[in-house]
Amino acid sequence: MFRFLVDRDSWQEIYDSLRKNKFRTVVTMIGVWWGILLLICLLGAARGMENSFNRLFGDFATNSVFIWGQTTSKPFKGFQEGKRVRLTLQDAKAIEREVEGIEFVVPRNQNGAVVIKGFQSGNFNVNGDYPLLDKVQKKKLIHGRFINQNDINEKKKITIISEDAYKQLFEKDEDAIGQFIQINGINFKVAGIYEASMMGGPSSDLHIPFTTFQQIYNQGEDIGWMMITGKPEFDIKQIELDAKLLLKNLNKVHPKDKRAFGSFNLGKEFKKFTGFLAGMQFLTWFVGIATLIAGVFAIGNILLITVKERTKEIGVRRALGATPFEIKRQIVMEAVLLTLVAGLLGIISGGLILMAIDAAFGQGEDATLVNASVSIPIVWLALGILIVLGTLIGLIPAHKATSVKPIDALREE
Amino acid sequence: MLEIKNLHKSYPIGKDSLHVLKGIDLSVQAGELVAIMGSSGSGKSTLLNIIGMLDEADEGEYFLDNVPIKNLNEKKAAQYRNKFLGFIFQSFNLIAYKNAVENVSLPLYYQGIGRKERQEKAMFHLGKVGLKDWAKHLPNELSGGQKQRVAIARALAAEPKLLLADEPTGALDTTTSYEIMEFIQQLNDEGKTILIVTHEEDIANMCKRIVRLKDGVIMEDSYITQVRASQYV
Repeated sequence: MFRFLVDRDSWQEIYDSLRKNKFRTVVTMIGVWWGILLLICLLGAARGMENSFNRLFGDFATNSVFIWGQTTSKPFKGFQEGKRVRLTLQDAKAIEREVEGIEFVVPRNQNGAVVIKGFQSGNFNVNGDYPLLDKVQKKKLIHGRFINQNDINEKKKITIISEDAYKQLFEKDEDAIGQFIQINGINFKVAGIYEASMMGGPSSDLHIPFTTFQQIYNQGEDIGWMMITGKPEFDIKQIELDAKLLLKNLNKVHPKDKRAFGSFNLGKEFKKFTGFLAGMQFLTWFVGIATLIAGVFAIGNILLITVKERTKEIGVRRALGATPFEIKRQIVMEAVLLTLVAGLLGIISGGLILMAIDAAFGQGEDATLVNASVSIPIVWLALGILIVLGTLIGLIPAHKATSVKPIDALREE
Repeated sequence: MLEIKNLHKSYPIGKDSLHVLKGIDLSVQAGELVAIMGSSGSGKSTLLNIIGMLDEADEGEYFLDNVPIKNLNEKKAAQYRNKFLGFIFQSFNLIAYKNAVENVSLPLYYQGIGRKERQEKAMFHLGKVGLKDWAKHLPNELSGGQKQRVAIARALAAEPKLLLADEPTGALDTTTSYEIMEFIQQLNDEGKTILIVTHEEDIANMCKRIVRLKDGVIMEDSYITQVRASQYV
C-alpha cells in the first residue's frame, strides 16, 4: 500500500508534472510558505517575550504576597481608630501554622544605615534576614555565601552586600570577603557579594542576620513585613485573605478594617501577566493556523484548476490503464509535496528571521525578546498539520479528476 | 477474439434519450484488420468506446478473448484496458511534458513493470516505429506523423491483444496518412488484430474488412481486397 512512497517512479511522475509548470508551482507554494513563516515568527516572538518576562522575575517565587502593618481605620475592642499595627515574629509563626497552603513565611526587617569602609561611606538599606530568604528570592552570589542558621543562632556580625554597595565601598578588583565594614558604627565582616536582581520587593543593599538586626536596632519581636509564599497548587489570593484575617484576629483589629494591613500580591500580578502571555500565544496559534489553512486552500484551489487543465492527460492515463486510485494518489501526493516543501521553506526562512530578530533585539541586559525561538516539537507539529491538511485538500481535486469518465475526459478539447 | 451480441447504447439528452447503438452484432477473429465506417452520428465512435471499455453498453454481450466484459468497476476496467487494449487517437494524446520514450513506457508503468525493463521495452517499440533517435524529444519537437508513430509505439508497448485506432489519420496529410497506414498494415501482417474507425474511403480500403454503420445499425459488413499503402509511399 505504501510502497509507492519509496518508489522512484511515483516521485518521478510528480516531479515531472510539477516541473511542467514551474511558475504555477511556485505561486501555489507562496500561500503555505507565508502561512508557516508567519506562524514561526509569531511563535518565536511570543516565546521571546515570555523568556524576557521570565528573566525579569528570575528565580523569584512568584506565588507570593507581601504583608505589612499600617494603622487601623476602625475602632475595635476598646482601641481607637488610628492604632499603629506592628507585625511580630509570633504573627509570622501563627500564619505558618494556621493558614492552609503555606510554603514559607519569611519575616523581614529593614532600616536605613550609614555604612563606612575606610574613607568611603554611603547610605544603604540594611535588611535583617533569615536564610530562608534565599529560597523565595534566590540571591545570585558572585562571591562568598548567604546567611546561614549558625549566623542566626550566634547573632554573628556578618553581612552580605550587593554588587552596587561593593562598587561604592571597595576599590576595583579588591577582595571584599573577610573585610570589615561599619554599619551604624558597628563592625561587620563581609561574607558574600550578590548580583542585584530587578525584581523582589523593596530594594535592598545589605543583608545581615535577622537576630543581629533585632539586637542592634533593639527591635524585640517586631518585624517590618513578611513574605508569604504559597504552595504552587494553592491560590495565593485566598492565602492573602486567610492570613490577613488571622492577623486581624491576633492584633485585635476590626475584621472589616481595610487599612490595618497593607499588602502586595505578587502572585496576582504575575497571573495577570501570564494570562496575557497565554492569550497572546493563543492569538499567535490562531492567526498562524488560519493563515496556514488559507495557504493550503490556495494549493487546493490551484490544483483544482490544474486538474481541469489536465483533464485530457488524466483521460489518456486512464485509457492506458491507470486506475482511479493511482490518479488520486498522484494528485494527493502532489498536494502533500507542495505543502511540505513550502512548509519546510517557510520554517527555514522563519528560523532565519528569528535569528535576525535575536541578533537585533535579543542581546543585552534589557532585551525585549530574549532567545526568540520555536521548539523542535512545535516544528514537527506544524509539519504534521501540513501533511494532514495537504492530504485533505488534495482529496478535493483528486476526486474531481476521477469523477470525469475517461471517455468524457478524452473528448475534452 | 472479439464477440459482440445485440449491443444497445443510448445517451440521455434532457428528458429524452438518444438511441445511438440499436443492436450491434459483430465478431472479429484474431489477425483481422477491420475498418469501422460511418458518417458522424452513426455510432462508430460509441462502438469503439464500448469495445475500448471507456464506455459501457446498456444491453447486450461483449466478450474479449473469451472474457465477458460486464459490470466492470473503474479499477477493473483500467486493468483490462491495460492488459487487453492499445489505443491510438486522432489527436495523438501524447503527454506534452514527457519525451517520446517516457510516453511509450507509460502503460508499462501502470502495469507495474520495473524502471529498467520499462526503458528497454519502450526503446524496443520506439525502434519498431523507427524513432529510436528521437527518444529524448518532447512531442512538440516531433512532426504529426512522428507523434502518431510514438502513439502507436505506446499502444504496442503493453503488447495488447487488440489495437483500437480512432481516426488515426484524421489529423494527418495524405502522404503521412499512407505512411501510418503502411505501418499499421505491417503490424497486421505480423498478426496484430486492429480495429480502425475512419470516415475516409481510401483508409478503409487499406483494411481487410469494412463494417459500415448507419444510425446505430450495421448496414454492411464485407471482406475486401486490401489496398497496400506501400504503393503510394
